[in-house]
Amino acid sequence: MDVLQALFSDYTLRTVALGAATLGVVSGSLGTFAVLRGQSLLGDAISHAALPGIAVAFLLTSSKAPLVLVLGAALAGWLGTLAVMQITERSRIPFDAALGLVLSVFFGFGMMLLTVIQRLPNANQAGLDKFLFGQAAALLTADVVVMAVLGAVALLVMVLFWKEFKLLLFDPDYAASLGFPIRAIDVLLTTLLVIAIVIGLQTVGVVLMSAILIAPAAAARQWTDRLTLVVLLAAVFGALSGVAGAVLSATTQRLPTGPTIVLCATVLVVVSLLFAPNRGVVAGWWRTLRNRRVLRTAGVLEDLYTLALQHPDLHHGHAIGALRTMTARPASVEPSLQVLERRGWVEPKGEEAWALTDDGLVMARQLCGEKEEA
Amino acid sequence: MADRFAVDVADLTVAYRDQPVLWDVDLQVSEGVLMAIVGPNGAGKTTLIKAILGLVPTAAGRVLIYEAPVPRQRRRIAYVPQRGSVDWDFPTSVLDVVTMGTYGTLGWIKRPGKEEHARAREALAKVGMAGFADRQIAQLSGGQQQRVFLARALVQDADVYFMDEPFQGVDATTEKAIVTLLQNLREAGKTVLVVHHDLPTVPEYFDWVLLLNVRRIAAGPVAEVFTNENLRQTYGGRVPFEPQTVQPPQAVVSQPLTS
Repeated sequence: MDVLQALFSDYTLRTVALGAATLGVVSGSLGTFAVLRGQSLLGDAISHAALPGIAVAFLLTSSKAPLVLVLGAALAGWLGTLAVMQITERSRIPFDAALGLVLSVFFGFGMMLLTVIQRLPNANQAGLDKFLFGQAAALLTADVVVMAVLGAVALLVMVLFWKEFKLLLFDPDYAASLGFPIRAIDVLLTTLLVIAIVIGLQTVGVVLMSAILIAPAAAARQWTDRLTLVVLLAAVFGALSGVAGAVLSATTQRLPTGPTIVLCATVLVVVSLLFAPNRGVVAGWWRTLRNRRVLRTAGVLEDLYTLALQHPDLHHGHAIGALRTMTARPASVEPSLQVLERRGWVEPKGEEAWALTDDGLVMARQLCGEKEEA
Repeated sequence: MADRFAVDVADLTVAYRDQPVLWDVDLQVSEGVLMAIVGPNGAGKTTLIKAILGLVPTAAGRVLIYEAPVPRQRRRIAYVPQRGSVDWDFPTSVLDVVTMGTYGTLGWIKRPGKEEHARAREALAKVGMAGFADRQIAQLSGGQQQRVFLARALVQDADVYFMDEPFQGVDATTEKAIVTLLQNLREAGKTVLVVHHDLPTVPEYFDWVLLLNVRRIAAGPVAEVFTNENLRQTYGGRVPFEPQTVQPPQAVVSQPLTS
């Protein structure tokens, strides 16, 4: 309750929450496109590649103005993406290796520059290392304004070119056959991804930024099969984990923001993986169990039919012991018989014996008939 | 329409690195022809279609569709890619995928509306999938996926169709249904080029055939070029199939599409 109240009254906390919500919405929705395209790790390369951009921007301008740093990050992130694309296209190095290469080289260079900057006799240099793991508490209104404006532009472009992006994601060759310049659309989409990443860097940090792109999308995909809903849900998930993580870390001593946000997103992913209908693990178990039960019950009905065929009277009762010898899971015979009795397909005949009813006979013939056809 | 070719390819050459995949291919197809493209694996059948459509870079050659370069004729061309070329777990519905066929005429930014969806439903009905519009594509069988791709191409209402293995992995009923569909397209004066794998059905389904193995081995009416000698040349001596003595292409019993 105190935190909720503080969220509305405390200036710092409100700024932090707003910033985190913005980055969550933007990276959640745009991350969905990257994930559906099978390019989840491109985000990781972009965010790591952004680090030297931040450092260089600071070295050149001695300014820590959010717009300057974000611009540097975006340019470097862009360069990194370009490098990945060029390496993949012009050499035999595969996409994932190119990603790893660019990621580590750019990140290493960025770390080196950060060390250089820390040795500078300049009081202003402190704080750049927050870009490594993120620091929500350091968010200022000026930062949030830059984030919101860039994010709004990115989302607007996403909505405008929705149709083109969907086509590119699902079937790029077909898109090209229709005359759409897929390379240009690809560049546009990647640019949006770069924007989504750079507006989250200060809060989440370059190391874990890709998680906030991937996790909300992965969680959202579990719940729905409609692209619009996946993107919306990913935006909501992104905002939720962003705000929860940022507020937690801002109100707790020594809790790094990036990792906290990522942990919050992870909770959403785990819950979604386990409990989503259809795609969830639990739903899968439930289906398997139910199928097994149905199959076992059908098996008992068939066995009873097989036994009945050996008698002139098809409604002759058969000992449950005989049925037990006919299956690999004797213990399941009795519950199966009870299910069949509830359906009116079998009836007890004296002690420990069961017989088919008329309805049961029809069912059993259908079952066996189907098998012969197949 | 003696000299008016729907598809006119000259000297088309495609190379991946130093390896030629297509070498100096010439091909002229008249309007209203239903043509099979056959050849062994790696013969460049898919590459030929992609090169014609401008989807892969070409080293040399020229492609004309109705006497104009492909980029100017996009509205008259429809492409059915291989079914396996997309992720069928993509979160979208059958109607959505078929509606993509309208994107070309729709242009940038504009969204498909009632009219586009109506056209998509019409095309779905033509392939016997009217009841599947709201299904998620992940729930489709192979044959149904193929029909969805065909419907998407039909929506385009093009003049020239390029289809990459539309019979791959479909059951006998669907195969017959697709053949009927192709023949209906031909009756409507459309030109259809189909990458095909099943040699025995070539004389039955198609009127023209292109025998391809990196180079063009032969192309023309099935009765003339679908010969043992040409097949042997195409398949490097190991002919997987002996064609009957030349026979005119038979009409296939028309069968309505059923789902």
